[in-house]
Amino acid sequence: MSSFGTLLLRDLRLAARSGGGAALALSFFALVATLVPLGVGADLKLLARVAGGVLWVAAVLSALLSLDRLFQGDFEDGSLEVIALSPLALEMVALAKILAHWLSTGLPLTLLSPLLALLFNLDVAPTLTLFLSLLIGTPAVSAVGAIGASLTLSLKRGGLILPLIILPLLAPVVIFGAGAVALVLDGMSGGGALGLLAAFAFGAVLLSPFAAAASVRLNLGG
Amino acid sequence: MQFLFRYANPHNFMRLSGAVLPFTAIGAALALIAGIYFSFSVPPDYQQGTTITILFIHVPAAIMAMVAYSSIAVCSLLSLVWRHPLSDTAARAAAPLGAMFTVMGLITGALWGKPMWGAYWVWDARLTSFLLLLFIYLGYMALWSAIEDEIKAARAAAILALVGAVNIPIIKFSVEWWNTLHQGETITTGKLASVYVPALLTMMLGYFLLFITLWMVRIRTAILERRARNLMQGVAS
Repeated sequence: MSSFGTLLLRDLRLAARSGGGAALALSFFALVATLVPLGVGADLKLLARVAGGVLWVAAVLSALLSLDRLFQGDFEDGSLEVIALSPLALEMVALAKILAHWLSTGLPLTLLSPLLALLFNLDVAPTLTLFLSLLIGTPAVSAVGAIGASLTLSLKRGGLILPLIILPLLAPVVIFGAGAVALVLDGMSGGGALGLLAAFAFGAVLLSPFAAAASVRLNLGG
Repeated sequence: MQFLFRYANPHNFMRLSGAVLPFTAIGAALALIAGIYFSFSVPPDYQQGTTITILFIHVPAAIMAMVAYSSIAVCSLLSLVWRHPLSDTAARAAAPLGAMFTVMGLITGALWGKPMWGAYWVWDARLTSFLLLLFIYLGYMALWSAIEDEIKAARAAAILALVGAVNIPIIKFSVEWWNTLHQGETITTGKLASVYVPALLTMMLGYFLLFITLWMVRIRTAILERRARNLMQGVAS
């Protein structure tokens, strides 16, 4: 098996066996979604109106939970240095970690979203749009998040700075993702917003491994 | 480039900035005094009334907030490519100034928005992207102060600044796509009434010189601080 695949599998196993893998992020996602109606009231019309935005914000926050450990665990026990010595380019290492993070949080969140959309009284078409937007957009969350995670990997309290660094950068994802759902709710096509979201995600996944690898390198003293 | 490198040497920078500083400081003071005088002596706008005066304080602040971030991004690029410690110092010194200009832009915008839009805060595209810009500044400064090793902090902050520089236009575009209420830019499109041009231009000049002055003072202070620390370490050992 290629070293990329090995690393990916290793990270997926680590995510699954320590910290319950996706279960934690999923519970958090569902919990935030449960708290919102308690806060804004149980009016079904209102809930359908805000569902896209609320679920998008909840998804981004849930993905944040496990981000600070993306490089930190490997950095602390020294395995990041061993990985960096392997012939696999550090950029590819970062990409493998982004992919592993998405497979263990972004994808499960996406799969759970139709169920939560049901609780928010969302119709079939907007639910489908929400599902698609999460499918397209969550890789960007993992990718941009990886930059933040690599910049803060040596910090003891990086978990506090990480959201401050990456949440502003993720504004376009939330805007286009929730915007697509809102457009469909208004009877328009969400295709344009999904296209813009896809463009952002594509750029983020393509470019962020370079930024992440650069900051891993500087933290390893290179 | 050669010119840049000559003044990237802290010693040369101290000499040059020491000579230039009085002029930019006096220039800033004169331009701001004249600008404030102009701002209060313009005729009221036919729609905005006397609130137009707020714009002479607001628009230059907003522009300088972006100029400061661009300065940070350029310094970060210089630092990552040529590893000049002075450009790290310069980038770090510009951040609180940029954040302050951003806050000024937000506050004056809110004060102008109350009589014009009927609310202090509306979720308009430019206001929102400026709020995000403020958070980007805060994150940048937080990263600087969180990492203890100064060289690592500088490199990490530089990477973040460049990621932000790539992302800010995208954020601006996405927020505009999301909601636009703010009036378009009027200076270069010639839609600004000519009586207001002198006030706005003098204020912009004043703000710009003020930024340059404060920036240089902050860089000089950082250099002096480092020298003092080195001296003390020399005495201690």
